[in-house]
Amino acid sequence: MIYLKLFLAFLQIGAFSFGGGYAAMPLIQAQTVELYHWLTLSDFTDLVTIAEMTPGPIAINAATFVGNQVAGIPGAVIATLGVVLPSCLFVTILAILYTRYRKLSLMQGVLKSLRPAVVAMILAAGLSILLPAVFPLGTLRSVDWLALLLFLGAFLLLRWKKWNPILIMVGCGVVELIVELIH
Amino acid sequence: MNHKYRQLFFSTLYLSAFTFGGGYVIITLLKQKFVDKLHWIDDDEMLDYVAIAQSSPGPIAVNGAIVVGYKLGGFPGILAAVAGAIIPPFVILTMISFFYDAFKDSFAIQALLKGMKSGVCAVILSVVFDMTSGIVQSHDFILCIVMVLAFIANYFLHTNVIFIILAVAVFGVIRTLLTERKGASK
Repeated sequence: MIYLKLFLAFLQIGAFSFGGGYAAMPLIQAQTVELYHWLTLSDFTDLVTIAEMTPGPIAINAATFVGNQVAGIPGAVIATLGVVLPSCLFVTILAILYTRYRKLSLMQGVLKSLRPAVVAMILAAGLSILLPAVFPLGTLRSVDWLALLLFLGAFLLLRWKKWNPILIMVGCGVVELIVELIH
Repeated sequence: MNHKYRQLFFSTLYLSAFTFGGGYVIITLLKQKFVDKLHWIDDDEMLDYVAIAQSSPGPIAVNGAIVVGYKLGGFPGILAAVAGAIIPPFVILTMISFFYDAFKDSFAIQALLKGMKSGVCAVILSVVFDMTSGIVQSHDFILCIVMVLAFIANYFLHTNVIFIILAVAVFGVIRTLLTERKGASK
């Protein structure tokens, strides 16, 4: 029963990937390439490339892609439902507990300590995207001036002009495209 | 009432369609929309939601949509927000799985995405800037140390995020209990 297999495989990917996109990748590989042979290793590499080039979480991208390849659109729907079901259960329970107990001093103490850690991890994620973009070869000399200028310009427009962030992101893409077309 | 669900659905739909660069970006954009613009959620609460979204299994963007959806509209709110978050990647990946070869070799798409990466980073770091100044202004020295240690563990030591969250949560429990005991003995 292919639909059941798809559902269970992606249910596991959803349930065990803690910490966002990159944590999900080895799980996706284990289920779709090694266990079920739905994808070859080169298909999987293609999938990771697509996921990086498109919006949306990699786990959902993978579920839609693999589901489509293996069993058409119904397969994609079932795999996607499987991958988000653990989130829906787990996070809903946490949200209910949070709403009920957030006024307790213990819960507040824990959350107060967690806030700076969360900010630190968002910073780490931002840097892990920014630094490879600005220094593609990992050395100070390999600096990509256009990427650096786009970043600084976008940052200044956000801070001082309070422009819409999505407008700024699309604007950066358009500038890059124009510059590469001229070259 | 309907207005709220519609707002939730279209917000996550719109944000999800433009979320290049992972779950942190969509959480940042959710904050901009629901905290800064609509004022439906306050700042501290949003950071707690980020912690919940991050410490749970599954895609951070979906988890973020669930907490915001629950806060604003209960269970129907969750359905509206999650549907909005899933539909764009689902539609895009379904189309791409049909036209993958042409898409992969497109010079224009590659260039657009490369430029957008810089803009994404600017959005993330701008929000980090706001959040960090909030923590520094609390004049709680220990929280600043937690922030620095969490950054070192995450960025340099590549410690699993769930371990960091658990360790800091345990630290928070101990610290709260110690403070309360000190308060009681006075």
